[in-house]
Amino acid sequence: MDWINAIVQGTLLGGLYALFAAGLSLIFGVMRLVNIAHGDLIVLAAYVCLTVAVMLGLHPLVALGLVMPIMAALGYVLQRVILNRTMGGDILPPLLVTFGLSVILQNSLLMAYSADPQKLQAGALETMSIEIGPLAVGTLPLIVFATAVLVIAALQWMFYHTALGRAFRATSDRQDIAQLMGLNRSHVFGLAMALALAVTAIAGVFLGIKTSFDPSIGGSRLIFGFEAVIIGGLGNLWGTLAGGVILGISQTIGAKFHPGFQILAGHLVFLAIIAVRPRGLFPRVD
Amino acid sequence: MNNDLHISRATRLSTWSMVALAVIVIIMAAAPSWAGRAELRLFGEFFLYLSLATLWNFLAGYAGLVSVGQHAYVGLGGYAFFALTMLGGMHPYAAMPVVVVAGMLASSVVALLVFRLRGAYFAIGTWVVAEVFRLSFAQVSSLGGGSGKSLSLDIVRSLADGRAAREAASYWLALAVMVLVLAVVFVYLRSRQGVALTAIRDNELAAKSLGINIWRSKFIVYVLSGGLTTLIGALIFLQKLRISPDAAFSVNDWTAFVIFIVVIGGIGTLEGPIVGTLVYFLLRETLADLGTIYLIALGVVAILIMLKAPSGVWGLIRGRAGRELFPLSRRVCGLPDKGA
Repeated sequence: MDWINAIVQGTLLGGLYALFAAGLSLIFGVMRLVNIAHGDLIVLAAYVCLTVAVMLGLHPLVALGLVMPIMAALGYVLQRVILNRTMGGDILPPLLVTFGLSVILQNSLLMAYSADPQKLQAGALETMSIEIGPLAVGTLPLIVFATAVLVIAALQWMFYHTALGRAFRATSDRQDIAQLMGLNRSHVFGLAMALALAVTAIAGVFLGIKTSFDPSIGGSRLIFGFEAVIIGGLGNLWGTLAGGVILGISQTIGAKFHPGFQILAGHLVFLAIIAVRPRGLFPRVD
Repeated sequence: MNNDLHISRATRLSTWSMVALAVIVIIMAAAPSWAGRAELRLFGEFFLYLSLATLWNFLAGYAGLVSVGQHAYVGLGGYAFFALTMLGGMHPYAAMPVVVVAGMLASSVVALLVFRLRGAYFAIGTWVVAEVFRLSFAQVSSLGGGSGKSLSLDIVRSLADGRAAREAASYWLALAVMVLVLAVVFVYLRSRQGVALTAIRDNELAAKSLGINIWRSKFIVYVLSGGLTTLIGALIFLQKLRISPDAAFSVNDWTAFVIFIVVIGGIGTLEGPIVGTLVYFLLRETLADLGTIYLIALGVVAILIMLKAPSGVWGLIRGRAGRELFPLSRRVCGLPDKGA
């Protein structure tokens, strides 16, 4: 029963990782941008939510309604003003610029909010649980997982059934041809980043409700997100969800052997998977 | 009229700058007799950062291996050094070569895995490997586990007699490692292997069709950098006297800032990391009183340089003539001057 419990909890944890990864998967898939600042943007979203929730006296999940458009607007501006200038065949310029953004974000948050851990107060939701047979499953992890499935499904639908999704896929396949067909590449990329950061806002708010956060924790969230994307395979959103779940289960099972082994087990499973399948389990595009 | 055409790497500028470099190294070697304790420490740190930057540039600028996980080797070096001296009872000087071998072994194993990955996947893969190193060393309770450990007093004492002599010894080690790193990279780039590396950088397919073994060339660069980065890690934590997993495997300190230094100075040139390290320390020493502002400033400068002058500060200085302080590129000499 312990093992089944570990697998269930790991699957739910995977939902949070899939939320970390969904935005990353989107921008990595559409524009091959390695966004090193993604983890810090998740943390930024948590701080924005904290500020909004405290100032307006709102529940964090209600405040999310404001955090999403704020992060989306930030994403569009960031992409148009800075990141679009780094796009090209070489991975070094985007990597370096987002590394720079990461350091700037971390230290700005440190100056504004200090290094003290913060938490989003979600009231009774934090401790509620549901009995499913012999297992007690937290309500919050269930909500997070359901949200992750919804977000992935919505992104998937957007990708294959809307004009915006068609523009994303076209730009992803051949930027120059898409440009010839009348798509404004810079604008399309801006929209992709806006959408990615709106998803990041959801991830950040759930992170802030689930655990305490401080300005320095972005790096490891980035790695969890990237691992989920790579395990799942580039350009495959459902694969990203599967990657998150694999990572979550590896961690909870690792923690059963030894508490210090939790994160390590996730990384080792990731390395084992890419050793065998360097392009992930279900890659869609090269 | 002298029609004695020949190929040379040296120019008048490079000859003079090599002489100047030798003079600077000699003056710096005498620093313990003319500089104060704080300056000595600062110079030592400068040499170690310059070495880290030169090695990352060797990887990314010459071999196209954009690793964001070099902090794995800095931390490994620190921990290997602490383990060999405190648990293994080795003398600090005897431990240094062992540390290099450990770094080369570790990086050869890591290379087998991460070389299967390309581009962005390679970058993330190297970072994950560094995380695995950090989390593994945090599990070793004899090395202090997650909270870290200080270097014991008798090991520090075995370096030299008296505090001044010990500080001088640690400083000379840093200077020696910098000279070693610059020499290794310089000699490598001038060798046949170095020419192969340049060919790969310019066009991988063409290099391959000329019979260059690309995997092996990159492997050698990765393992050389890994071994030397590990040695630098040992010296960094010999200077700090205390090690913890978070400090040893800090992605910001040992990878992000190093990448900024290389890009600000100019990637793909030997001079770039030197210029970049100077800029980094200038920023740090002038803005350090403002706390984290200097880190924000560093990030802003790095972004601006990448967007506006991707060849870095040295790229602006070297200009179209391709001025070089290190005699690396071959030039035809003895051609009649156009103006004559």
